[in-house]
Amino acid sequence: MMISGNLNTYLIISAILLIIGLYGMVQHRSLIGILISSEFILNGAALNFMAFNRFIAPNPAVGQIYALFIMGIAAAEAAIAVSVIIAVYRKYRSEDPEQVQDMKL
Amino acid sequence: MIVYKYIAEALFYAFMLLIFMGGFMAVRSRMLMHAVLGLAVSLFGIAGLYFFLGSPFLAMMQILIYVGAVCIMIVMGVMLGNTPDQLAAKNYSRRNTFLAVIVCSTGFATLFVAIGQTKFAPAAERVGDMSIRFVGENLLFKYCLAFELISVVLLTAIIGAIILARGGREEKAS
Repeated sequence: MMISGNLNTYLIISAILLIIGLYGMVQHRSLIGILISSEFILNGAALNFMAFNRFIAPNPAVGQIYALFIMGIAAAEAAIAVSVIIAVYRKYRSEDPEQVQDMKL
Repeated sequence: MIVYKYIAEALFYAFMLLIFMGGFMAVRSRMLMHAVLGLAVSLFGIAGLYFFLGSPFLAMMQILIYVGAVCIMIVMGVMLGNTPDQLAAKNYSRRNTFLAVIVCSTGFATLFVAIGQTKFAPAAERVGDMSIRFVGENLLFKYCLAFELISVVLLTAIIGAIILARGGREEKAS
């Protein structure tokens, strides 16, 4: 049985990506680790868009455009997040989210 | 001819393995550099899945933007912000791991059942194809405004990142 031509396979893979990202967000003890986990969640969403685009969308370009937009947003988000983390690290000398949760800079 | 089908199927399993191994590595490793490496491996696997979904263009963009740009940026963040010995001293608390596993497996079970029970009906008629030409035409005509807006968002993010990362340095100098 071929599973690469089945919509549910891709949906389950993207659900697993979402769960990996969620687990990493809870588990990691540093801001960079949380950023890495958020990339997993974004990729799960993009894979979902592409799967629906391939199998059931009326216009097969829309899913690809959405996935491209997700990549652009992810790049912007990573740039902002890394610079915020660097600023926080300069101020606090640590990347522990527990210590920066009051956000008083 | 039938052999190629099986080779493609084996490749699909290999890409799935890449995704899950990378994800496991990114979530469970203690060193942040290993976590970034796991993220890169996982993103390569997703790029492979985009080939299977009929869009080589998006697979290339995935490798170019995610593996090439985002991962490198996160590596920069790791190198600028962290010392390795500090990370090695940190340990995971067992209770947190237990709770996280429970929450995530419950969420996955819910999603799994929901996916299994939903009937997805394909659209009655499809317009156009998966080619780059069609994507480009859509981007330049129908989704032109969104395309321009995303470039404005990127520009704003770059300027904001520069301002945020510069602030501390000026403070130190004065």
